[in-house]
Amino acid sequence: MNEEIKTLTISIYTENNIGLLNRISAIFQRRHINIESLTTSQSEIEGVNRFVIVVNMAEAQAKKIVGQLEKQVEVIRAYYHKDEETIYTESCMFKVRSALLFEEPQIQNIIKDSNARIVTVNKEFFVLEKSGKRNEIESLYRDLNVFGIMQFVRAGRIAVTKDEMKVTEMLQAFNNHNN
Amino acid sequence: MNTQTANKKQEVAEETMRITGSEAIIRCLLAEGVDILYGYPGGAIMPVYDELYKFRDQIHHVLTRHEQGAAHAAQGYARISGRVGVAIATSGPGATNLITGIADAQIDSTPMVCITGQVFSHLLGTDAFQETDIIGISTPVTKWNHQITKAADIPEVLAKAFYIAKSGRPGPVLIDITKDAQVSELDFKYEKCTGVRSYIPIPKTKPESLSAAAELINSAKKPFIIWGQGVILGQAENELKAVMEKAGIPSAWTILGASAIPTSHNLNVGMVGMHGNYAPNMLTNECDVLIAIGMRFDDRVTGSLNTYAKQAKIIHFDIDPAEIDKNVKTDVAVLGDSKDSLARLLPLLNENKHADWLQKFKDLYAIEFDKVIKGDISPVKEGLTMGEVLKQINIETKGDAAIVSDVGQHQMIACRYAEFTTTKSNITSGGLGTMGFALPAAIGAKMAAPEREVVAIIGDGGYQMNIQELGTIFQQKAAVKIVVLNNEFLGMVRQWQQLFFDKRYASTEMTNPDFVTIAKGYHIAGKRVTKREELADAVKEMIASKESYFLEVCVEKEGNVFPMIPTGASVSEVRLS
Repeated sequence: MNEEIKTLTISIYTENNIGLLNRISAIFQRRHINIESLTTSQSEIEGVNRFVIVVNMAEAQAKKIVGQLEKQVEVIRAYYHKDEETIYTESCMFKVRSALLFEEPQIQNIIKDSNARIVTVNKEFFVLEKSGKRNEIESLYRDLNVFGIMQFVRAGRIAVTKDEMKVTEMLQAFNNHNN
Repeated sequence: MNTQTANKKQEVAEETMRITGSEAIIRCLLAEGVDILYGYPGGAIMPVYDELYKFRDQIHHVLTRHEQGAAHAAQGYARISGRVGVAIATSGPGATNLITGIADAQIDSTPMVCITGQVFSHLLGTDAFQETDIIGISTPVTKWNHQITKAADIPEVLAKAFYIAKSGRPGPVLIDITKDAQVSELDFKYEKCTGVRSYIPIPKTKPESLSAAAELINSAKKPFIIWGQGVILGQAENELKAVMEKAGIPSAWTILGASAIPTSHNLNVGMVGMHGNYAPNMLTNECDVLIAIGMRFDDRVTGSLNTYAKQAKIIHFDIDPAEIDKNVKTDVAVLGDSKDSLARLLPLLNENKHADWLQKFKDLYAIEFDKVIKGDISPVKEGLTMGEVLKQINIETKGDAAIVSDVGQHQMIACRYAEFTTTKSNITSGGLGTMGFALPAAIGAKMAAPEREVVAIIGDGGYQMNIQELGTIFQQKAAVKIVVLNNEFLGMVRQWQQLFFDKRYASTEMTNPDFVTIAKGYHIAGKRVTKREELADAVKEMIASKESYFLEVCVEKEGNVFPMIPTGASVSEVRLS
């Protein structure tokens, strides 16, 4: 089995219940696996949540983790994917002093070139929002950091897979079986 | 909750009733067929105890002397009966005291439902008196847990709790119920849970996996079965026996698989693992097809994985997909319920004998008998051995007793030498290795199967971890036979200190009280045996007793358990001395 460490995206479809985050994170914590990022939101199915967790690990280990995740009663299905199997993005926000827009004209070019969006501007500060790959976000960070950043925050990766994930069918099969 | 469970309108209870949450809890238990539960009262669970009082003719609450005792008693109940064991405790310390038993049930796949009281929901998170985050604490050691804050949720959540605890690979479920949910009212109606949409208790068995398994077994020259508790949990004992006999396969068991097939069966070649039998450990590394059935390749079974059965094709039957390839890479995985899988495998198998291969097991047994077993069970040296006590118990019970063992040297000796004729007769803490398990577990086992002889075999260390449960035995008149094999040491740790730490006996020597007098304090008759010539009569007297009986046997202080596979060594590096 492949033992090479890769960046993998784990997608978990779950019931929307309190405490499930704990149960899921405990599976990683117990095996000393560092979670690079974790997001959770509603999925395309009503009442079903989706976790997107990014980890660096070998595929052999990811298979076992997916097994442990699916073993949890309230986990519907779990999958892992390599980067090339997903479309993914991250987003971030920068809070910067408004005065810089006038004092440092190149900032306007940086904003334009980065495809970042200005969310708000007031007398004291302006807020930039940028979505994209990690290296684009890091590049924008480096460029702005020269002038000073008041606040920076980056959200975890969100990803959709190129292949279909047959969660809806599974839930339908359950409903058909029980009705 | 409605979105998650689909309840067939199977067992619709009577018309809706307006009752309190705590009465609803009792009615749920009754609907699930619970007639006995183990627990300890306290502030946050008092409304439920008030209902237990009212329903005392229908449901028997056993007051243990510690919540840990309640959890282990529920486990003992479940292990001997196959039914769901129930334990109940108050919030805070009551709940946390259950945790060791819950963790034990989780790793040993024991069906158990634990109900804990919780502070009023408006006090959650305020560090209220006896408030603890038992959901957070129990999450890693439960199959499922849930906190109820509204009375109306009680029937559905409890139905789901019982369903999850006993279906698929069983396990413990903890339901935490706030005091306001206990005292407020609901319109009660109970429907049994028949499915949870996110949970597949039994994965589908692929027919091609069965034919691939049969093909490997049919072409094998040296097939070898290792079965585990999955056979007992799946009630697949007869199916396993039929497979063993038809294909003529020597078969060994893990510690929790013990008793599924009678000890005397010709193809039963003993226990695998660290203190298992010589032949099955050695020949694990010689078989050509290893058939693992309802076992999980625990490290105490496999020793070093790098040298474990590398020459063999591996077939793994399991109900839990997460067990496949977890520790040992499988060639053929057969997912599903063991009873069903083995029944479907049987017609695909060719009749076979493998007489030469079986003979190898017998030859290695003869070596083990000569070097280890003879000295253990028929010693000529001065001190009493644990093995000869087991031999006497076998003689007196004719192998019909349920043996409940604690953890340590006596446990290994009990599992090695107890002769079993009946399944579900070896009740021990396998995965977690919980000292203090046996005394309360024996209470639960005896109450679940009062017609059976239940013999607890305990070391002097583990006995004192839950010795307070003698009070429960006395109060309940539970006719548990208690054998303490007293070597005045924490024997297994001492053995390791002798073998691996140059005999530096750090904190393993015990200065013990007069155990017989302590038993007398609880009005339990007892005897201390220090000489070989007293042993047979004492065991006979114990087994003949209609009531609980305490037998202390003072065994040699520094006896060791062999064979032994040192930690990290290969199964074929098993030591006989």
